[in-house]
Amino acid sequence: MAKLNMVQAINLALAQEMEKDADVLVLGQDVAVDGGVFRVTDGLLEKFGDQRVVDTPLAESGIIGSSIGMAMAGLKPVCEMQFSGFSYLMMGQFEAHATRMRSRTHGQITLPMVIRMPFGGGVRALEHHSESREVLFAHLPGAKVVIPSGPRNARALLVAAIRDPDPVVFMEPKHSYRAFREEVPDAEETLPVGKCQVVQEGTDLTVISWGAMMRPALKAAAEIEKRRGTSVEIIDVQTIAPLDAHTIAESVRKTGRCVIVQEAPRSYGASGEIVAQINDRALMHLEAPVKRLTGYDVVTPYFGREKSYLPNAERVVAGMEETLDF
Amino acid sequence: MPEKQIAKFSVTHLQVLDEKGKVDAALEPDLGQEQAVEMYRWMRLARTLDERMLKLQRQGRLGTFPPCTGHEAVSIPVGLAMKKGDWFAGAFRELGTRLVRGEPLTNTLHYYNGWEEGNILPDADLRILPTSVVIGCQIEHAAGLAYAAKYRGTDEAVVTFIGDGGTSEGSFHEGLNFAAVWKAPMVAIVQNNQWAISIPRETQTASETLAQKGIAYGIPVIQVDGNDPLAVWVAVNEALDRARAGDGPTLIEAVTYRLMMHTTADDPTKYRQSADEEAAWAKEPLIRTRKWLANKGWWDDAREEKLLAECKEQVDAAVEEFETPVERAHDESFRHVYGTEHAVIREQHEDFLANQEREGQRG
Repeated sequence: MAKLNMVQAINLALAQEMEKDADVLVLGQDVAVDGGVFRVTDGLLEKFGDQRVVDTPLAESGIIGSSIGMAMAGLKPVCEMQFSGFSYLMMGQFEAHATRMRSRTHGQITLPMVIRMPFGGGVRALEHHSESREVLFAHLPGAKVVIPSGPRNARALLVAAIRDPDPVVFMEPKHSYRAFREEVPDAEETLPVGKCQVVQEGTDLTVISWGAMMRPALKAAAEIEKRRGTSVEIIDVQTIAPLDAHTIAESVRKTGRCVIVQEAPRSYGASGEIVAQINDRALMHLEAPVKRLTGYDVVTPYFGREKSYLPNAERVVAGMEETLDF
Repeated sequence: MPEKQIAKFSVTHLQVLDEKGKVDAALEPDLGQEQAVEMYRWMRLARTLDERMLKLQRQGRLGTFPPCTGHEAVSIPVGLAMKKGDWFAGAFRELGTRLVRGEPLTNTLHYYNGWEEGNILPDADLRILPTSVVIGCQIEHAAGLAYAAKYRGTDEAVVTFIGDGGTSEGSFHEGLNFAAVWKAPMVAIVQNNQWAISIPRETQTASETLAQKGIAYGIPVIQVDGNDPLAVWVAVNEALDRARAGDGPTLIEAVTYRLMMHTTADDPTKYRQSADEEAAWAKEPLIRTRKWLANKGWWDDAREEKLLAECKEQVDAAVEEFETPVERAHDESFRHVYGTEHAVIREQHEDFLANQEREGQRG
């Protein structure tokens, strides 16, 4: 057991899975010698050699397209998009092949592969480096989209993603990369792909979030508990697609009130789908409209302005108050 | 400091058998009667199936499909040169390669009649990927497959196809570049049939040849007469030998002509002259191959007649099997979204089945 940040925890997952399974390999721009621009793959080249830790040419479609080929041949590639902002160049391959191959061959060809990418704002990065675009992937049938929120679940979810029989887009909130540490057991630990985790049980209000927004959500929950004695249930979505609507609905049926915190722009975001699922499954249990605290439908501003655009704990607290007072 | 030339490139064109059936004895591969006849038989079978498919489509018995007539001198020798264990990552105009590699005729018929079942091989070890309808993606898949072959220390190779239009796609360049950097055992074949639907070769690229695009990636390239099965045979064997020897990928440009429409939904009279088509028909591959065999004393009218009858019989049988009604579950798609169980899919599956039941539909 060691206290690791998310970068180290993801590195641990990769190293342990590569140790265990010679079919697992890592590829992408700068992943080998440089160890990744965030050092997520640091040290893997030395441990596993350049046939398994592969610096590729700079071409996102080539990276995912060749990973698809590797997976068809039975390897388990973990490829990296250096930033999610560059991932749109792989969309053709992702939609036309990664998400569809199982279905169009009725399972004769499957693609066990992981596409890792850092995403989200808050680290004063260059333009095109700070967006949250998880739903672009999540909307595609056959896609699995996993988003960890801390070191421990990042490690456990990545191990599960590597072992998953389907392509998994593993989106790493880079604001959480080095923001805090957690105890991460050295022994194997996995979390299921396709399940939400109730990280705190409560009876009065459900708070739902994922990725970097879990921090302000947790902070706001603590604040509202202190202020009003509210018993808050907190759900970390972890898998955006396929969505575990049951865990969400079960919680809302119990609490009757719900706040969703999402970094991405509001319209067509995952929070909209969550509201729809609550509508389908728990409408008559609601005591108040479901409140969404989200990013805005604007182009993600460059870092000079980004902080004022990101949802924060204060806004979440205000949203909770509104929901509780409805 | 004087300027100096630091690199020099050239592109070779190979033709062994010309349109009149005249063969260059110095370049002629030693195929032998059996293999030579086998090659022609496959070419004729692919043509027969393609022609029948057009009739079926016009009669409303088959969906939209891209005819492959005129491409047999590329697809057949390539398929014959491949070995068991090799991967075929095709585009969509290589019916011949699919047949030679062991895909049942019925697969193509089912596929172009709207059923994913046509993508399913009787044996996954045939290693024939489904068609890549989206242009160019397969080159990148081939690079990854070839990487895997090398990673595992096998002598398997990967053959991939693209058209002249496809060479403008990013995936073509990215795939070639990846395979070249990895020295991966890949053979990429550009079927330059002069037309990308309505876009002619000269509108597609200002390059003098399509083969030269491979030079930019540091790999051997060659342009061959794509209506000449002997030139294709020579080039693809050299490329496969190179791949298996660990010397990396090769790009082969096979110059041919799309004698038919792009797909059955296309009308070429809108954009090209019938005189050009007629000139292209004079160069088509089957006539010259037959002449070559006849000149060698390996072929005659009687054998041709017998072959035509056999091909017809084979295609008849395939069409009969294809048109034999089978009950296919319409809810099949729900079973293959993921390799794991998920409630959202299960619930929608149940919803679908309830709709089917209510609407009185089968399956």
